[in-house]
Amino acid sequence: MAWDRNQMAARAALELKDGFYVNLGIGIPTLVANHIDENIDVTLQSENGMLGMGPFPYNDEVDADLINAGKQTITELRRTSYFSSAESFAMIRGGHIDLSVLGAMEVSEKGDLANWMIPGKMVKGMGGAMDLVAGVKRVVVVMDHASKSGAPKLLHECSLPLTGRAVVDMVITNLGVFEIETGKGMTLTELASGVCVDDVKGLTQADFDVAVTS
Amino acid sequence: MKKIFPDAKTALEGLVFDGMTVMSGGFGLCGIAENLITALRDTGVADLTVVSNNAGIDDFGLGFLLQTRQIKKMISSYVGENKEFERQYLAGELELEFNPQGTLAERCRAGGAGIPGFYTKTGVGTVIAEGKEHKDFGGETYILETGLIADLSIVKAWKGDEQGNLVYRKTARNFNPVMASAGKVTVAEVEEIVPLGSLNPDGIHTPGIYVQRIIQGEHEKRIEQRTVRERQSA
Repeated sequence: MAWDRNQMAARAALELKDGFYVNLGIGIPTLVANHIDENIDVTLQSENGMLGMGPFPYNDEVDADLINAGKQTITELRRTSYFSSAESFAMIRGGHIDLSVLGAMEVSEKGDLANWMIPGKMVKGMGGAMDLVAGVKRVVVVMDHASKSGAPKLLHECSLPLTGRAVVDMVITNLGVFEIETGKGMTLTELASGVCVDDVKGLTQADFDVAVTS
Repeated sequence: MKKIFPDAKTALEGLVFDGMTVMSGGFGLCGIAENLITALRDTGVADLTVVSNNAGIDDFGLGFLLQTRQIKKMISSYVGENKEFERQYLAGELELEFNPQGTLAERCRAGGAGIPGFYTKTGVGTVIAEGKEHKDFGGETYILETGLIADLSIVKAWKGDEQGNLVYRKTARNFNPVMASAGKVTVAEVEEIVPLGSLNPDGIHTPGIYVQRIIQGEHEKRIEQRTVRERQSA
């Protein structure tokens, strides 16, 4: 019943198309790299200044000068290029990146995203998330459908400070897939294995249409 | 004018004063000016405003200057790796201005290029946009952000020469080039000062005009998240 982290990442990987330049966020989005179809050509961007991000290094290849945006050690590929933070965000804000996969704390039925701050509790910062949602052509959110205590995370309105307004195009949760169209709202388009529409409704505050094909 | 200085301490002589703004290059602990951060701490300078994407960790990088309470205000995009930072901020002992990472990079780039402001979509509809001028271009709304300059920028490069030309290595470039351009004075530390003419002129990332002083330093290059994969046995 329902998808685990890897199954959610595998579903998100289906949104990557041949020739895409893609930015993956921290957490479950990072796992998407393990599920990319071998028959398509995708280039991963890391916003700290790299295009063409490779896998984690072998122990004897670790290089302190080569990290991703999550500060993890990584490797380069033959296609790799490096650049400054300003150049990196010119790519992002200039609309040159095709797809971003991000985590979230809350998403509203209008596509508002909150993923950077819990007032009075968590002081971390937005990093590159506000730039990514403002500039990347398509934004896919991957997150657990509800909090650990069962509180919905798909809401009418976000309660936390926003990362961006009407910026999310698709939400993939452990229960299924939603598409969000500006002005049209949210539609449930796929269900995870062993999940029915009523299961989803019970854990969702946001209004959504159902158009599940399968 | 000679740009090469013998060490970090002498390279900062005459440049620091209380209440100054300092830009510090790096992303996480990658590409930070380790020697100059320590030397800045040792000057005892107080009430600093520090512009840096991150705030180091508790016991390395800018964490040193937080321990000694020399920082009054940070302008950053992400500070999640520093518990002392969080404690000082929640206790009201430290001012903090969050900038989206791309806005922070562009503010430095703009400041260094003599551009006092620019419009961006980033942050529209969020707390970042509050109190800022909004303007529509082609049916989309943008907010006005301002360029940033610093009294002093401290940056780290891989190689440099006596003219201050700099070359960075891999993802250690990050904020260093834009901060080098936005300092009224910029001091660079490099792993190796190389003879004039040995850097490829086509491959120089920061032209020497942006760098007033340069030192060669020793670098620990601490790794925050050491992630590896296993070799599969044949």
